[in-house]
Amino acid sequence: MRRISSSDRQRRVTNAVMTSFTGLCTLFAVSILAIIFAYIAWQGIGSVNLRFLLDSPRPVGEGGGIGNAIIGTGVLLLLASVFGMPIGIAAGVYLSEFGRGKFASIVRFVVDTLTGIPSIVTGVFVYAIIVLPLKHFSAFAGGVALALIMVPIVARTTEEMIKLVPQNLREGALALGAPQWRVTLGIVIPAAASGIATGAMLAIARVSGETAPLLFTAFGSRFFNYRLDEPIASLTVQIYNYALSPYDDWHAQAWAATLVLMTLILIINIVVRFFTRKKF
Amino acid sequence: MSTSTPTLGAKFSVSDRRSPVSASDLTAPAKVSVRNLNFYYGHTQALHDISLDVPERFITAFIGPSGCGKSTFLRTLNRMNDVIPGTRVDGEVLIDGRDIYNSGTDVVDLRRRVGMVFQKSNPFPKSIFDNVAYGLRINKVTSGKSDLEGRVEQALKDAALWTEVKDRLKTSALGLSGGQQQRLCIARALAIQPEVILMDEPASALDPIATTKIEELIFDLKKHYTIIIVTHNMQQAARVSDLTAFFLLGKLIEMNTTEKMFTAPDDKVTEDYITGRFG
Repeated sequence: MRRISSSDRQRRVTNAVMTSFTGLCTLFAVSILAIIFAYIAWQGIGSVNLRFLLDSPRPVGEGGGIGNAIIGTGVLLLLASVFGMPIGIAAGVYLSEFGRGKFASIVRFVVDTLTGIPSIVTGVFVYAIIVLPLKHFSAFAGGVALALIMVPIVARTTEEMIKLVPQNLREGALALGAPQWRVTLGIVIPAAASGIATGAMLAIARVSGETAPLLFTAFGSRFFNYRLDEPIASLTVQIYNYALSPYDDWHAQAWAATLVLMTLILIINIVVRFFTRKKF
Repeated sequence: MSTSTPTLGAKFSVSDRRSPVSASDLTAPAKVSVRNLNFYYGHTQALHDISLDVPERFITAFIGPSGCGKSTFLRTLNRMNDVIPGTRVDGEVLIDGRDIYNSGTDVVDLRRRVGMVFQKSNPFPKSIFDNVAYGLRINKVTSGKSDLEGRVEQALKDAALWTEVKDRLKTSALGLSGGQQQRLCIARALAIQPEVILMDEPASALDPIATTKIEELIFDLKKHYTIIIVTHNMQQAARVSDLTAFFLLGKLIEMNTTEKMFTAPDDKVTEDYITGRFG
């Protein structure tokens, strides 16, 4: 039988130590989500009931709910999607299918920089170009601010997803005498559709948790409001306002609203996983 | 059949071919003429000064080891290399006497006339019917639904696929076997009735039975089309082609009738390659 040399033993020990170490780190990273969600659920679940989900806010001690904020967040996300998705998807298609040379690399750099801009800067910017000229806060301005955050995310995920479409599919269509734009519209985008949808959903999940850009734009509201040219409530701003208040009652409602928001984002992410599972 | 080099004759039989072509048969006009073609990927020259003629309604095979430039050369004939950034061509490629690299050439129209079948079958993620109909629809060559359906059926029949798929035209093309997918790609190319069909190792990913079907199909298509096939399977070149061109390191070493290439090639390098002394 072969003797285990000292270098062999050392290699095995190093292997065992490093494997356990990476395992521990993984466990830590995964448990963060579990701990956060468990803590929020523990703090918030007591105040969540049907009335809380449907009612609008009331003065301290009289209960009230976040119905208007849930609808407001929905309206804001819808507006952001309507403004942001077409631009983001079109930019992503350009970058992957037509973008070559210096201009495209500049666009790519700008898009990457835009992704990294602090969202409060976006909020202040929209405040300056929309809220100030119109002289009041509005759902419209909030939607624009969220759309500005969505555009670079959607553009880059669209680009990545379209790049995954095999080149030989494009060549197959080109070889049949299809002009480039028909190849893009008829073959490439449909082939990447589920991936593009995934990117769009992730962008929605990302902006649904934004607070700072809404403070200067949608502002918040204590009433149900369906007009786009007036301030509108949102879950995040509601949480922010309640958390800053001195009342225990509102603190409890802030935890409950946080739980609702987390659940919403979790659902979006699960839906995304479902989409990515089925490949064309 | 020539028996001057019995070692070759023993290894490759060209006698079972249905219509061996001799040099005197090649009076057909050249469909594709290439003159002094050089091709570059960036600063790397991939093709060196290639000149050859491909006669109309014959099958011409390009053989040579991997990386010899035969696929690159094939792709210059329908300007498919245009999609690869940083490539450059000089020289002439004449199809029916007109240089396709002229600035006035409509590349879309060129590719309609010069169809292509790829090494890896690449059906679109659509139904079988829509795959074949794709070229017809984008080129707007059909008049009405029944015309479209008729042309799709004819193309599938020409590609010897109709009986296998006629009951499942609306199902995904991705559900077909590898050999069926490749015949679907051939049907897709045939549907728009090109004049020349370029085939880039169309059977290299297929099993022997599927390969036989493709080869028989290629042979039948010769009646109507000028076919150029790239292969690194020399037996395949010997079986299906009328003419064979041998490429090595981006240069055209020899082009001759297939019978002559595989029995008594003019060039010593060709003989070494065909007898398996290198490559």
